[in-house]
Amino acid sequence: MRGSIVKKTSQELAPSDNSSVDLDAEFRASNIKEVLDKLDLELIGLKPVKTRIRETAALLLVDRVRKKLGLTAGAPSLHMCFTGNPGTGKTTVALRMSEILHRLGYVREGHLVSVTRDDLVGQYIGHTAPKTKEVLKKAMGGVLFIDEAYYLYKPENERDYGAESIEILLQAMENNREDLVVILAGYKDRMDKFFHSNPGMRSRIAHHIDFPDYSADELLAIAKLMLAAQNYRFSREGEEAFGDYIRLRMKLEHFANARSIRNALDRSRLRQANRLFEGAKKNLSRTDLMTIEAEDIRASRVFKEGAVDLDGDEGANEVLSNS
Amino acid sequence: MMTNVGNRVTQGQFSFLPPLTDKQISAQIKYALKNGWAIGVEYTDDPHPRNTYWEMFGNPMFDLKDPAGILSEINDCRKTYPNHYIRVTAFNSTRGVESPTMSYIVNRPKTEPGFGLIRQEGEGRSIRYTVHSYATDKPETERY
Repeated sequence: MRGSIVKKTSQELAPSDNSSVDLDAEFRASNIKEVLDKLDLELIGLKPVKTRIRETAALLLVDRVRKKLGLTAGAPSLHMCFTGNPGTGKTTVALRMSEILHRLGYVREGHLVSVTRDDLVGQYIGHTAPKTKEVLKKAMGGVLFIDEAYYLYKPENERDYGAESIEILLQAMENNREDLVVILAGYKDRMDKFFHSNPGMRSRIAHHIDFPDYSADELLAIAKLMLAAQNYRFSREGEEAFGDYIRLRMKLEHFANARSIRNALDRSRLRQANRLFEGAKKNLSRTDLMTIEAEDIRASRVFKEGAVDLDGDEGANEVLSNS
Repeated sequence: MMTNVGNRVTQGQFSFLPPLTDKQISAQIKYALKNGWAIGVEYTDDPHPRNTYWEMFGNPMFDLKDPAGILSEINDCRKTYPNHYIRVTAFNSTRGVESPTMSYIVNRPKTEPGFGLIRQEGEGRSIRYTVHSYATDKPETERY
């Protein structure tokens, strides 16, 4: 199939409009399906994100097929901006994105260079440009991920070097489109402000993806995935308790989606360890060590006082008083 | 008799071959990156074979994954010094090696005047020979 098309293109310079390519075969040949399935399995929720990745995958596939028929178009611009509330998976998806783009054959190496303002902006005149360029060079052939990108621009300080860094970034995003994919990430309101003061940046980024907040069910699924990754699991009552915990916690302030869940799980692991340590049963089975029980979760301050856990040290008092 | 047609300076790798294309340079850089060598871009306008310390263009580049960044650096250097010799070196930092393992010229002046043979009368009528680059008769930066 492929051979005949190549031959055709070489025989007649402009292939006729009737020449055809099997899109299905091409789809099977690339391992895109595997990548997308893995994404579905490992990332809970995030509908708009997955849709966009699917669309991008389709575009790259169609582009590849078009190239075979001699229909060339410039490399599509894949610079992206991820906005969303804390803990909605922006960083996680960015990490995954480099792998996806590599599998799709868009970036050559598929590594991810994750930077923040510190890595791009210098401290004195003439320091910024080499610093930014160095980072760009490192990211070539892969993905440059700028976390908390809005810090780059500080409107209150006229002499801030962030603007210089943005300028160089813009230039590289335009000129090295086939070498580099830039992903900006940040909280929605601040990124909006950032783009408002840097319209050039906004227009050069083709894909603005908003990460929605998770529902309670999605959060529970995420919690189970997180536990499974650490070789833990909920008992049946434990799972119920955690479902209740999520619903209560979502109503409280400072709720940071998956990040709050991760913290809560870390604390329940702490309590589980303490329970096993204090418990009468000294001969522990594999299941004992793996299972998080309802009491490990119900001990949370969220249940007792309806108060927010104080960054991770909730329950610490009990541990101290027990020992 | 001229043994080196066109007076082309031949030092480093590939110097007897026609000039490398950007694609070939990329491939060589890729090989160096694959081996974990740090790559530097250097230039000079003194082509004497014993002039081994060339000027560095920017910092040596560590931790890169893709040749595109280095190629853009080479092109920057070519733009800044279109009439200088420019070479790419790869430095192997393995303990015990710690020396450049690759070095090849990627840019040369449009005309290379070549070298003249100089004879010096030594003690007891002995003759010492050395080479002298015609280009270095002129001061630095005006040579090509």
